[in-house]
Amino acid sequence: MSQIAPAPESEAPADAETKVERTGATQSDIANYTINFGPQHPAAHGVLRLVLELDGEIIERVDPHVGLLHRGTEKLCEYKTYLQALPYFDRLDYVSPMSMEHSFVLAIEKLLKLEIPLRAQYLRVLFAELTRISNHLLNLGSHVMDVGAMTPNLWFFELREDLMNFYERASGARMHANYFRPGGVRLDIPVKLVADIADWLDNRLPRLFEDAVSLVADNRIFKQRNVDIATVSKEDALAWGFSGPMIRAAGIPWDLRKSQPYEVYDRLDFEIPVGTRGDCYDRFMVRVEEVRQSARIMKQCISDMPEGPVMTLDRKVGPPKRAEMKKSMEALIHHFKLFTEGFHVPAGEVYVATESPKGEFGVYLVSDGTNKPYRVKIRPTAFSHLQAMDFMSRGHMLADVTAILGAMDIVFGECDR
Amino acid sequence: MHNHVPRIPAREGLVDEVKAAIGDAFLSAKDEVGEVSIDVARESVAEVIRTLRDRFEYQQLMEIAGVDYPSRPERFDVVYHLLSVTRNHRLRIRVTTDEEKPVPSVVNLFPVAGWLEREVFDLYGVIFDGNPDLRRILTDYGFRGFPFRKDFPLTGYVEMRYSEEQKRVVYEPVSLAQDFRSFDFMSPWEGAEYILPGDEKAQPEAPGAPTPLKADEIKK
Repeated sequence: MSQIAPAPESEAPADAETKVERTGATQSDIANYTINFGPQHPAAHGVLRLVLELDGEIIERVDPHVGLLHRGTEKLCEYKTYLQALPYFDRLDYVSPMSMEHSFVLAIEKLLKLEIPLRAQYLRVLFAELTRISNHLLNLGSHVMDVGAMTPNLWFFELREDLMNFYERASGARMHANYFRPGGVRLDIPVKLVADIADWLDNRLPRLFEDAVSLVADNRIFKQRNVDIATVSKEDALAWGFSGPMIRAAGIPWDLRKSQPYEVYDRLDFEIPVGTRGDCYDRFMVRVEEVRQSARIMKQCISDMPEGPVMTLDRKVGPPKRAEMKKSMEALIHHFKLFTEGFHVPAGEVYVATESPKGEFGVYLVSDGTNKPYRVKIRPTAFSHLQAMDFMSRGHMLADVTAILGAMDIVFGECDR
Repeated sequence: MHNHVPRIPAREGLVDEVKAAIGDAFLSAKDEVGEVSIDVARESVAEVIRTLRDRFEYQQLMEIAGVDYPSRPERFDVVYHLLSVTRNHRLRIRVTTDEEKPVPSVVNLFPVAGWLEREVFDLYGVIFDGNPDLRRILTDYGFRGFPFRKDFPLTGYVEMRYSEEQKRVVYEPVSLAQDFRSFDFMSPWEGAEYILPGDEKAQPEAPGAPTPLKADEIKK
């Protein structure tokens, strides 16, 4: 590997004193360089501060400083009813909002022992996979941009824009959807939207996506920057708590959608891509293949989705329809109670994890039987991945930091909470 | 089980096997909504987790969560979530502690625990014995207090702004334009454990007016 060769001597700190000493053939007092990467850095993907200790251009130690976007989401949730706490989850990983809601609503439903209609389950899977595509498009694009390619990122943003439009047509919001609710989803989607998504999957996505990927996947420069960079063994991936594309790129076929299926994932046919070397290039290619598999899942959802309600008919959890409230006194009371007091969740504790685009996103929910959660602990994916940054970047060049970071897929809304 | 939450196959006889393997460290166990949690003695938690990793195939530590119950003598729960990718099972291990008693660190077993323990320390002030790098992680540089404790106010104690005069960021005591309000919206007929406004004037013990006698009870 030419890239982890020792730095040439000319790159060592060259102040006058060292130069004088070096003529005397001693290099012992050349100190390590410490530099700050971020918190305002275009390749830091948000507010990450990395304190890098360098020997020339070789990284000796990385100390990531996180928490610059800490908003205390978990504490805020303790002061809100379950329904009011839900929008905070959109703001965790703002690149894949609906996947964040997914774990939380499943945790609530598990404690409530609530069943939800089949159509709502299909809609959730449809939008969870749509979110996965949208997340990976952003990550793949920014990863190639971090290592120097511009075009794919612009093309991916074009596709992401379409997905945001679908978000808006389903939920009314382009990003912070608040679409998954305890008991189902907020509203059914119009037939025209289903047709448009199907058309997009058939025509637009394959054309633009494969085009953009073909620019980088076999590109010599892209491979030089990624192949064999930050290889992670299976043992390390397990010990460092990796999940999602990071653990799959290391060669472990672990996907919660297959191993611990939720919603209707066990009725759908899809495959889990696995890497062979565990380097940045594998992580990139795993995500590329996941986009194709997600498109496959979405097509099956569209063709298999049954008709029916999208929200549970249990009026103690799911709000009544507006038209019903005009006629029924009971519906009006239910509506009022649900949006002021909220529903009560039986005392208990659950840990529910779903396969978010970035990995295992878990919610540990402790309820004391009232209308507000006693404790919501969010298990972010980025926390354990970013912690591994230190051992992954040791011995690599400074320029590889951006490639490693880009392949990790980190969003600070989720990491810092 | 309900058909749409993550389906995890049950691991039969797990609690008994774990109990036999860890001996005195075992305190209690429960199996609720398909999730097994085991309470263990604080001093031996690192040993227990080592046993679970080496003999019960729990290869991943996904999460360490703190929970605060201020009314208990040992007010904090520290909850470990373990995952086995070979047996496809999740297990929850819980210990209790207070502000002073340290919890043995598991950083030697799972390097991922480094940051997870730092987070619990930062937010709750639980001390982990053996963690080589127990710094604050999520809160601001120079933050004081442990914000996720139940007695820490939601609004915090200080607020930050950029001062145009001093040309730097300054911290000031938090000033609220409106008092912090927290409504529980509980029905006064069901859950309210406080006196409703106005009710303090009424004295339930004081006898009211005597009940009027019925017509046939009146002496004629």
